[in-house]
Amino acid sequence: MATDAGALAAGPSLRRARLRLSGFLWRRPWLKALGLLSLPLAAFLVIYIGSLGALFVSSLWTSNSFTSDIEHTWTLANYRTIFSSANPYLHIAGFTLKMAAAVTVTDAILAFPLAFFMARVASKRTRAVLFVMVLLPLWSSYLVRLYAWQTILAHDGAINWALNGLGLPDQNLAYTNTAMWIVYSYVWLPFMVLPVYAALERIPDSYLEASADLGARGWRTFRSVILPLALPGVVAGSIFTFALTLGDYITPLLIGGTDSKMIGSIVDENFATNLPFAAAFTVIPMTIMGVYLLIARRLGAFEAL
Amino acid sequence: MRIPRRRIFAVVIVAAIATAFAVTAATVQAGSGVPTKIGKGEGRLNVIEWPYYTYKSFAKPFEKQTGCIIHRKDAGSSGQMFSLMHGNGGGGGGQYDLVSASGDASLRLIYAHDVQPINIKLIPSWKEFLPVFKSPPHNTVDGVHYGVSLQWGPNTLIYNTKKVKPAPKNWSVIYSKKYAGHVTIPDNPIQIADAALYLEKTKPSLGIKDPYELTQAQLSATVKLLKRQKPLLKRFWSLASDEITSFKNGDVWLGAGWPYQTLAMQANKFPVKEIVPVPTTGWADTWMLASKAPHPNCAYKWMKYVTTPQVEAKQALVFGETPVNPLACKYMNKMQKGSCAGYHLNEPDSYFKTIKFWKTPIPQCGWTKKQTCEDYNAWINAWAQVTG
Repeated sequence: MATDAGALAAGPSLRRARLRLSGFLWRRPWLKALGLLSLPLAAFLVIYIGSLGALFVSSLWTSNSFTSDIEHTWTLANYRTIFSSANPYLHIAGFTLKMAAAVTVTDAILAFPLAFFMARVASKRTRAVLFVMVLLPLWSSYLVRLYAWQTILAHDGAINWALNGLGLPDQNLAYTNTAMWIVYSYVWLPFMVLPVYAALERIPDSYLEASADLGARGWRTFRSVILPLALPGVVAGSIFTFALTLGDYITPLLIGGTDSKMIGSIVDENFATNLPFAAAFTVIPMTIMGVYLLIARRLGAFEAL
Repeated sequence: MRIPRRRIFAVVIVAAIATAFAVTAATVQAGSGVPTKIGKGEGRLNVIEWPYYTYKSFAKPFEKQTGCIIHRKDAGSSGQMFSLMHGNGGGGGGQYDLVSASGDASLRLIYAHDVQPINIKLIPSWKEFLPVFKSPPHNTVDGVHYGVSLQWGPNTLIYNTKKVKPAPKNWSVIYSKKYAGHVTIPDNPIQIADAALYLEKTKPSLGIKDPYELTQAQLSATVKLLKRQKPLLKRFWSLASDEITSFKNGDVWLGAGWPYQTLAMQANKFPVKEIVPVPTTGWADTWMLASKAPHPNCAYKWMKYVTTPQVEAKQALVFGETPVNPLACKYMNKMQKGSCAGYHLNEPDSYFKTIKFWKTPIPQCGWTKKQTCEDYNAWINAWAQVTG
């Protein structure tokens, strides 16, 4: 009420000014868009694109080996170090890529039947329950889940306990690359289920009926109708699982063994003492993801998001 | 030496500010000399510390006594500690006063001019210190003290008494195939020194004199040993709690660690013991004064307070480490029976000669008097080749 009174007291001149402004904006929609977008756009450009640029530029510098001071001379030395066969870095990048690919394929295989059931078979109620079950792990901390897996995979942990109970021998899963693969597949699974679900849910029933009317059996319908239409969803999900694995460094630390270093681990180790080298090593997953996103766009993943 | 322009600018600014405050801070002289007495506290103390190094149980009485309120920045690694001190123009960026640097970072801080000389006479407990910690090479250069020693610990060999029989006598057990797949060592480049120390004894032809001063040939021989050891390892541990977990889970049976891990597991009745092999490596921490410390009086007051026997004893038991002041012994035993001996504070001087304390590898070799040794970055690179 107070504001109304204030507006009245301010008289018709203020109101007229306000009307003029809104008319001005109505005639120039680009100005209206600019007003709404400029702040988030500036933040995006400066904070995101800007820091990526800074990252790339600093990867062309070096750091003083003793004081860690950054020396602003242009050089490709960091990239030479990475690509030199005398160093372990290429091997580490290759291992990271293989891990990301393995996790992505595993998640796609696990997520597809689940998402299919949720989207096309389950009743409304079951679907809601399944949704909660898929999302529930995301509401607890990633670290907590890693520590839980540490105890599950341990020598005296739940898995070996169960195996022994069945009369089977112990498995040395703890602190291995297999353990990392299991844990990654688990933690990123929801990121695959959701886009695949969205893609499957969007397939109109009439397509399936048409397929049946044309004499296609279940498998044929799946292969020729459902799979091609769901593929963009799978690719969209793979962007998440692939990128998240590519950039992680906590799992190698807590779950990994002696041959488990990934790109993120090396970046983490060098961040404090040799920032330019850490930046150069970050450029590698960025390039990989850039290529990956281009291919994903070709496959229509962005329409499925 | 060439001084970067940025630093000259910073020095000018600092000098200007110092002049402005000269009247109030007359007791702590700006410039070359060290202070001759500790002035009035500034009401605030900003530290970069290992977690719990200014723990409330002993920091609260200090804050009450001196009015210096402590503000903490916890560091997770020596590298992080160094970059915090070195960032924002270096010298603690005019923000931090003290850093509790370990031996693998302290020399780097000194040579990067991030810390300043201190007047050791202002810290009375210093006279009571164990001789090795009075002017150790990791915090004293050419007789100039860049901080005061604080606490230390030997790197010990921890083993599960149920699985490892007979009890090991020295480090050779972590390089032998007997316990393949059940060994752990720290994920830290300074671990190279442990392997070098082992080679010093077992391969005298390499001529290793100091495990922190390795020539290129010695470093590559050490890397070779570590690569051979790698298949025997279950994992490299990064956090002390991580090592405890892998022992308790039954994945790891023996490995290199600190008394802290052993005592923590023993407190939980887990069957582990430790030995301090001869020789072994060890770590020692130093409170170092930032070269741009904004609250030097409070910093001196803290260094004076934290090295007194009672506080040394308290900190040792909070963190699981050993004081540098042997007078802390009786207070430790009063708080926890037998803890003085448990943390090896009652050992004779000869014992300390067998511990090679961490120091940052630098090109300057003490034993050849030449710039022929591999520096810390070479060690980081070598470590990446081992662990990658």
